[in-house]
Amino acid sequence: MRYLPHTDHTRRAMLDTIGVASIDDLFEQAGAPLQQPPTSLPPHKSEMEVEQHLSALSGLNRAAGDGAFFVGCGAYRHHVPASVDHLIQRSEFLTSYTPYQPEISQGTLQYLFEFQTQVANLLGSEIANASLYDGSTGCGEAVLMAHRITRRKKALLSGNLHPHYAGVVKTLSHMSSFLVDQSEVVPGQAATADLIAKIDDETSCVVVQTPDVFGSLYDLREIADAAQAKGALLIAVVTEVVSLGAIQAPGDMGADIVIAEGQSIGNGLNFGGPYLGLFACRQKYVRQMPGRVCGETIDADGKRGFVLTLSTREQHIRREKATSNICTNSGLCCLAFSIHMTLLGELGLKKLAKLNHSKAVQLSKALSEIEGVEVLNQSFFNEFTVRLNKPAEPIVERLAEKNILAGVPASRLWPDQKPLDNLLMLAATETVSDAHIEELCTGLKEVLDA
Amino acid sequence: MLNNKGRVTRPQESTENLAEPQESYSGHKGLLMNEPLLFEVGGLDKTGVDLPEYVETETLLGGLERKDEIGLPGLSEPEAVRHYVRLSQQNYAIDSGFYPLGSCTMKHNPRLNEKMARLPGFTDIHPLQPQSSVQGALQLMDELSHWLLELTGMDSIALSPKAGAHGELCGMMAIKAALEAANSSRNIVLVPESAHGTNPATAAQLGFKVASIPADADGTVRASAVQTAIEENGAETIAGIMLTNPNTCGLFEREIKAIADAVHDAGGYFYCDGANFNAIMGRVRPGDLGVDAMHFNLHKTFSTPHGGGGPGSGPVVLSERLSAFAPLPFLQKSDDGLTLVEDLDDGESDSPSDAQPFGRLTAFHGQMGMYVRALSYILSHGLDGLAQASGDAVLNANYIRTCLKDLLNQPFGDQACMHEVLFDESSLADSGVTTLDIAKRLIDEGFHPMTIYFPLVCKGAMLIEPTESESQTSIDLFVETLTSLIKEALAGENEEAFHQAPVHTPRRRLDETAAARKPILRYESSSD
Repeated sequence: MRYLPHTDHTRRAMLDTIGVASIDDLFEQAGAPLQQPPTSLPPHKSEMEVEQHLSALSGLNRAAGDGAFFVGCGAYRHHVPASVDHLIQRSEFLTSYTPYQPEISQGTLQYLFEFQTQVANLLGSEIANASLYDGSTGCGEAVLMAHRITRRKKALLSGNLHPHYAGVVKTLSHMSSFLVDQSEVVPGQAATADLIAKIDDETSCVVVQTPDVFGSLYDLREIADAAQAKGALLIAVVTEVVSLGAIQAPGDMGADIVIAEGQSIGNGLNFGGPYLGLFACRQKYVRQMPGRVCGETIDADGKRGFVLTLSTREQHIRREKATSNICTNSGLCCLAFSIHMTLLGELGLKKLAKLNHSKAVQLSKALSEIEGVEVLNQSFFNEFTVRLNKPAEPIVERLAEKNILAGVPASRLWPDQKPLDNLLMLAATETVSDAHIEELCTGLKEVLDA
Repeated sequence: MLNNKGRVTRPQESTENLAEPQESYSGHKGLLMNEPLLFEVGGLDKTGVDLPEYVETETLLGGLERKDEIGLPGLSEPEAVRHYVRLSQQNYAIDSGFYPLGSCTMKHNPRLNEKMARLPGFTDIHPLQPQSSVQGALQLMDELSHWLLELTGMDSIALSPKAGAHGELCGMMAIKAALEAANSSRNIVLVPESAHGTNPATAAQLGFKVASIPADADGTVRASAVQTAIEENGAETIAGIMLTNPNTCGLFEREIKAIADAVHDAGGYFYCDGANFNAIMGRVRPGDLGVDAMHFNLHKTFSTPHGGGGPGSGPVVLSERLSAFAPLPFLQKSDDGLTLVEDLDDGESDSPSDAQPFGRLTAFHGQMGMYVRALSYILSHGLDGLAQASGDAVLNANYIRTCLKDLLNQPFGDQACMHEVLFDESSLADSGVTTLDIAKRLIDEGFHPMTIYFPLVCKGAMLIEPTESESQTSIDLFVETLTSLIKEALAGENEEAFHQAPVHTPRRRLDETAAARKPILRYESSSD
């Protein structure tokens, strides 16, 4: 077996040192009841055979790069520079663990400190942690944090929050016994009246996504003022962080906690994971913040160095009184994010954002020319919603047969809301070409006419 | 081109007058480069990417254009590569040396797995593209599920949890959902004192009350202690038990079946923390021991890289009693192929009528990138290889135990351990040297220290987990090094060297107290 260094000879020698006859005897001495192993499982395979098998499975999937592709709704296809993947595969990054011994982990700790600064600046907040699992679980953690800060137990969600994110919060609400209220779904509009009307003295937090799941952009100031006037916190959610190269940061518009899915920068689509949750908030809430944090300090020589800090919030010290049960972060995904952000820099990010917006505007213009297609959004970044003159899901299936992945039908996210059945959300990033847009428009005309 | 005036170098004949190494002007030390922060070397006017030009269009940003300076310095590609390569060189890693960090299973990460995870059909597919276009991905998830279920003897699986603690949350939520479905108000969860901190934190997050169970003198939990706890709290209050097996002391819970029976008889459920599954994979099936829910840490047992602390992946297997409550999404087979059931209210679903999923734990479907790596690892090993790997892991830990047992105290007596061995610092008591000092000296010797001060059930814990990836030569050097350090400490020589270690590292001991007292969590330029 290529991954095991022992030979029968070394195993024998080590067993002799221990004074047992066999490895099975060790299990018996340790009280582990050896069982008949299940027989349906096959024996080991050569590297070549494994590669052949998995390549065959990979080949059954239609990769985004295989043709026209407009799918978004919380995960976005961007071009990632080759050096990012090369650098994150450095052994010292890839095969190290949580930096529990800071003297031999300064590489990880320094990039986490740089990451935290990049995230805080990007989201317009005072501080950020060293990441959570992903945006959706970060959203759940933010709600729990708001409960701790306000000592209230009712979260108010925007109807235009990604349904998977709302789903995570609702699961937690049920399991951890708090209340959830939600405003109405308003596709294509940054409607806030119903949301603001629902804020009351019991509300711990208002959760608003911008750009929302339909692509609309929000001026958060009014909601922030309304929430804070009632003693509630504003939690802003961003699922497309490239947008923050073009639009104002939620923290700068008054959000108390900002959650984002960081996948767009440095990380591939990966069918939904691994991703990374960006988590930022006001300095005064630092001791209520979940997840790992890296801080600056000095060493015995007086040199600047970095350590994991504020661990008294965490489960390994506080056990059942911890702020959260989280142990792992998204280390390597943070590194990919941070390297890509460093390569982009402010200049690159702003240009990338312009490029995305320009593509999406071109796409919306082209689609609005088609009979039976109505663009709903007044504002958007790189994603928007159209209403078709028939249900969107079969249209998307038919376009997929033509090798065009046209976007996400709203029915995929709201299977029980018939009025949304004709809606389709499309994203256009820098990876979309003019030819792809033309292909989509031609294909869409054909299937709508059919 | 060679310098034609150069000479072949040759060290001085005598080493008596060799100078002590001095602080360098540059801050570098030979191969070890000191690297400033990105914010000190990067520039707002620099970039390392060339993007295509964009077409000028109207702006539809709703009047929300960002006009301020964001504060994101850039670097050109050569500068960025150098920045991160230099940072990497300040890290210890499995690829560079022995990393016996107990309870973390730092085994070799095969590079085949990285290559497979980067196949475009896995890395470049979207979680919301039509399911007809991702049948290969669903097959891969199904194949991984099959292995994990067969290896554990369990009934169903939830793949989506993002890490071990998230898996714990998933398993305990399934238990809570099952209790609710039975209109039960049971709210006490029994947790042994040696449990990882995530166990009580998870139970508490779900509103359960935690009742602690002491371990016996041999380090394991007695069924009689569980029975006592059940009786003290009243059988009708017991929601379940969270037990790690093998436990955090590296010992197999010998009475696990009797414990499971006691909890089941009381009407509760048995959650098993599978963090230590590496000790038993291919050999012992938790399902046969009465377990109702167990999470895996794919980043431990199945070698998906730890990546400096993540990402993890924590699938949960469930017994028949809990299967109906598995979260969304889950896989379902039909004539048309595989379907990922994302919602039960879609009207056209032909999902099993008894499914009562407790909800959604995360957006999308979990850590696909980790599933590919784990399956690649599993297929490479096969059942025989997995059993050999767990066997070698147990062999290595017992070898270390045997080699060190006369020098270091085992808090629960000398007994066969599983894949990790626990010592405490009591034999160092009069030396002035602590577990922390030993760990820091090991760093100077070129090893990553063992896990220290965990579990909390003994004083100055040293938890050593060699894994199956280490050769005898590698383990022997570690054992000999540790032996010499302990002898040095016991001889009372060089105590100060222990307290000051490490000295051969990019940084000396760091002031963690100051870091926590006045947290500096982001860079601020000194001119601000």
